[in-house]
Amino acid sequence: MPVLQSHVENKLKENLNPIFLKVEDFSDGCGFKYNVFVVSKDFEGKGLLQRQRLVNEILKEEMSEIHALTQKCVTPEQWEKMVAENPNLSNENQVEKPNDSTKKCEFHQH
Amino acid sequence: ILARYSTETKQKIDEMVKSDDVVIFMKGTADQPMCGFSKAVVDILNMHGVQFKSFNVLSDEEIRSGIKEYSNWPTIPQIFFKGEFIGGCDILLEMHRGGELIDELSKIGIKS
Repeated sequence: MPVLQSHVENKLKENLNPIFLKVEDFSDGCGFKYNVFVVSKDFEGKGLLQRQRLVNEILKEEMSEIHALTQKCVTPEQWEKMVAENPNLSNENQVEKPNDSTKKCEFHQH
Repeated sequence: ILARYSTETKQKIDEMVKSDDVVIFMKGTADQPMCGFSKAVVDILNMHGVQFKSFNVLSDEEIRSGIKEYSNWPTIPQIFFKGEFIGGCDILLEMHRGGELIDELSKIGIKS
C-alpha cells in the first residue's frame, strides 16, 4: 500500500511543529520513496542520529511500506543561516510531479 | 520480523560490527552496490581512503532484518565505527559535507 504524501506531511506536522517542512515523493507519485526536509525546534540539542531517530519513530508504521526515506533535519538556527545564504530556499514551492501511471515503480525494499 | 531476531543473530551481528574499525551493512558489495544509497556510502568512505568491511544484506535475510533490530534503525545502509552505530546514508553524507567525518575518523585513529 502506497503511503500518501499528505499523510507523511500531516504526521510530521502534528509531531514536530515544524517551522518549515518539505516532503517530496521521488517515486514519481507511487508513494514509496520520500525526501523529507524538516525545520523544527525539537531538533535543538540533538545530534544527527537522534534527530533522524525522532523522525523514524514518528513514521514507524509507515516505514514498513516506504522503501526509501531521506531526511534532512535542521534547527531553526541552522535554517536561518541556510536562508541567509540562499534566500530562495524558503520560497521554494514543492514541485508537483506528474503522476505518470505508465512509469513502473522500481521496487526498492529497505 | 521481531520473531526472527534471536539471541544467536544478535551475537552474530555483535561480532560483525566489531570485526573492523569501520563496518557497513549494505545492499550489494563494495565493488557492486545494488542501491544508490549504499553506493553513496561506499563512495564517501573511498573518497576518504577508509578501509572498511562491508556485508551484503541481500545475501542473508536473517542479517538483513536482524541488523534493523540491533541498531533500531529501519533502513539500509548502516554504518558502524568501532562497533558503534553512526547512522545511514544521509548522516554520513552530512558528516562528510560538514567536515565532521574527518574528526570522527580521527577519533577512531583513521587519518583521512
